Amino acid sequence: MNIDLVIALAGNANVGKSSIFNQLTGLGQIIGNWPGKTVEKAEGMLFHHNKHIKIIDLPGIYSLSTYSQEEIVSRDYIALEHPDVVVNVVDATSLERNLFFTLQLLEMGAPLVIALNLIDAAKKKGIIINEKKLQELLNAPVVPTIATQGVGVHEIVDEAINQASKTSSTNQNGIRYGPEIEKRIEKLQQVLKKISIDYPIRWTAIKLLEGDSEIITTVGKKHPDIIIAAKILAEEITEIHKEPCSTVIASERYAVAARIVKQVRTFTESEKPSATERLDALTMHSVTGYLLMFVIMLGILLFMSFFGGWFSGTIENLFESINPGWTGIWADLFWNGGIVGLYATLAVAFGFILPFYLILGFLEDSGYLPKIAYLMDRPCHLMGIHGKACIPLLLAFGCNVPACVGCRIMETKRDRFIAIFLSTLIPCSARTVVILGLVGAYIGVQWALLLYLFDFALILLIGRILNRFLPGSSIGIIMELPPYRFPSAKVVIKQAWNRFKPFLLTALPFIIIGSVIIEAMRLTGLLSLVSNALSPITVVWLGLPAFTGFLFIFGVLRKEAALVLLMTAAGTTDISAVMSPVEMIVFALVIMIYIPCVATIAALIREIGWKKTGLISFTEIGLAVFIGGVAFRLLSLVM
Amino acid sequence: MPQEHIEEYLEAIYDIAGKDGTAKTSEIAEHLKNAPASVTEAFQRMKQKGLVQYESHKGVTLTLKGYKAAIKMKRKHRLLEVFLDKMLHLPHELIHEQACKMEHVLTDETETALCKTLKGPTQCPHGSPIPPCNLEVKNCQECLTEQNVHLQKRNTEIIAITNLKPGEKAKIVFVRGGRGVMQRLCDLGLTNGTSISLERTAPLNGPIQICVRGCKLVIGRGIAEKIFVQKM
Repeated sequence: MNIDLVIALAGNANVGKSSIFNQLTGLGQIIGNWPGKTVEKAEGMLFHHNKHIKIIDLPGIYSLSTYSQEEIVSRDYIALEHPDVVVNVVDATSLERNLFFTLQLLEMGAPLVIALNLIDAAKKKGIIINEKKLQELLNAPVVPTIATQGVGVHEIVDEAINQASKTSSTNQNGIRYGPEIEKRIEKLQQVLKKISIDYPIRWTAIKLLEGDSEIITTVGKKHPDIIIAAKILAEEITEIHKEPCSTVIASERYAVAARIVKQVRTFTESEKPSATERLDALTMHSVTGYLLMFVIMLGILLFMSFFGGWFSGTIENLFESINPGWTGIWADLFWNGGIVGLYATLAVAFGFILPFYLILGFLEDSGYLPKIAYLMDRPCHLMGIHGKACIPLLLAFGCNVPACVGCRIMETKRDRFIAIFLSTLIPCSARTVVILGLVGAYIGVQWALLLYLFDFALILLIGRILNRFLPGSSIGIIMELPPYRFPSAKVVIKQAWNRFKPFLLTALPFIIIGSVIIEAMRLTGLLSLVSNALSPITVVWLGLPAFTGFLFIFGVLRKEAALVLLMTAAGTTDISAVMSPVEMIVFALVIMIYIPCVATIAALIREIGWKKTGLISFTEIGLAVFIGGVAFRLLSLVM
Repeated sequence: MPQEHIEEYLEAIYDIAGKDGTAKTSEIAEHLKNAPASVTEAFQRMKQKGLVQYESHKGVTLTLKGYKAAIKMKRKHRLLEVFLDKMLHLPHELIHEQACKMEHVLTDETETALCKTLKGPTQCPHGSPIPPCNLEVKNCQECLTEQNVHLQKRNTEIIAITNLKPGEKAKIVFVRGGRGVMQRLCDLGLTNGTSISLERTAPLNGPIQICVRGCKLVIGRGIAEKIFVQKM
């Protein structure tokens, strides 16, 4: 297919880029009310006025000087791939900071369209922005939008097409700095003109003065002399202002942004102290904040446990009531293998996993997750990370895979590794199924809670150990705090479905086929062969029934399968008939810790490489087997 | 421990501390040619006086009080160097040594007089900047032209942002920290002179929440302690 136009969406974090992207492309890029959720660029197509338009959604970025990893993705895309038009999505409620970035895009000479988003939220705050004036001052088209409702999104595309058609003029819209800086930019430009670089020249000169490490490495590879020259020039500026050169340049940009805002923004009567202020006061309070967080977490767990238990019971009864009760090998294969696999998976999927994704989506969209990051920042320091890590760690309760990718919001390699390691220890929804469906359902929900508490203690311990032995220390949290928003039901449901669908599509066939195979192996006696081979660990050390050995292998592929297949392998859905409470707890404990599932391992390899993935996986296998064995011996004494 | 030694230590920490404001015990010991054991002991004393933050495995950091004292010493030292060089024409290799000894007995009044006589120099003979004084003046010109004005100390204290109370407003005076952190703070709009307000602080030395340029930011304690402001 011919692509007529490439449009990139760029802007600060959490301003609505992904919402606009979803509106334009109809795709389901994950959105949510917290800064940093888009860590990789996403692509989608739009057919508009007979044109095939490629839309690129870029991670949020505060400046073209890069601080965290995901920001390099955005900058390099804009600077090196040269999209036809950059749509700069701007948050109307905090125009000054957003324009700071806009000014840098102009400096880069990117053909620009401004999407002035969240004008509804701004109006509520009593902020009115004169778009015409803004357009004039920035010399770029400005389109007011409300991304979540789709207001103005197609006008953005119209303007972008318009803008692309007149790109010929390389508009030098960037701001002018003080003469002492301009003189030095000019000097650097003279030298840079003589060499070939992929980045725009004036922009490169400014970046060199700012001491941008990426640009320094790129240019310095071939022209170390230019770097030295830039360093001297930057030091001269530092000497004049008694401040680092990069700070001087940033201050000037902010001064320009503030001037523009002064000219375009007026205030009207705002609504009374907004609800978000009062909610902040409650949810971030030193006492009620923590209390509320605890109640919310416990509430979710209890709800999941009771709802999931009730739902799977109902499904089971429903299916068992139509069990024709045939006998014989083929009937066993069909019913015990296929049908039990089917309904057990459905029970797990709709009883545990979908409700959890709905709750998570609700929390995510409401803007509560960053508040947890604030509350938990101090405790996180015990593990050598800062509060922002709580966001991927919370996402890990849904699934470890997006959590590992989400850890890119951590700024340093060290913080990221610790956060990723700890994420893999968080019981994801699949492990929750095993914990709640086995221990919660057969022994009691308090035992399930105890397992969770144990897991958190283990995470704390591992975190402390990693913190102790990894060199360096965390740099600390710097995070924007988004306002509360009432989550849109449509978004939450769509989001949950987008996360749930791949699960249903891969887990269902996998588990059904898996349970048919296990049933066949059980009937042919193969199962006991495999199980016996593993019995030194499973039977002797962990004290589990022999047939569980095979499940641990299947569990690597999909952990929730372990519960369903346990029923198949045991030949009954009433597990209490074949396993004692101690065995169930040990089984759940080992499943909870023993190794990231295969999807997580794949994500880990991509994120941190083979070596560290191996380290995490083997550490966790060792831990699980050790803890399981100790738990078996201790629990046997009391139960 | 004599005041003189404390002042030497303060200067040494100020000189050696890396971008994150931390200096290692071994580095200080080497710099002052003292035994590490006595350096550690000195740090403990200074910690009691509230001049430094010190933990044995993490090294030493100046507190705001210590930082101010160190700046003061640096100022006196460099002013003296200018004096020895410009007025007394002593050879360059002697002036550092001499200034090191004189700085400890220089009173604040003499310091101001010296600064005036030397017409408010900005650099020492070795090219290092001379920190500004802590007097209530808008610029050096004001001080130099108006004779015999009784100059008062700045009554607005410069404090770390974490010393504000929730609800208080302040202006940023300067920010210290590693390059990456400084850059990020700058990008988020915390440039010098920007007004901010402290919204709330988390318990047990947790992070703080501030409002800057209409945006709410959460900043970790360690970073916030290095953002210095003037109350408004």
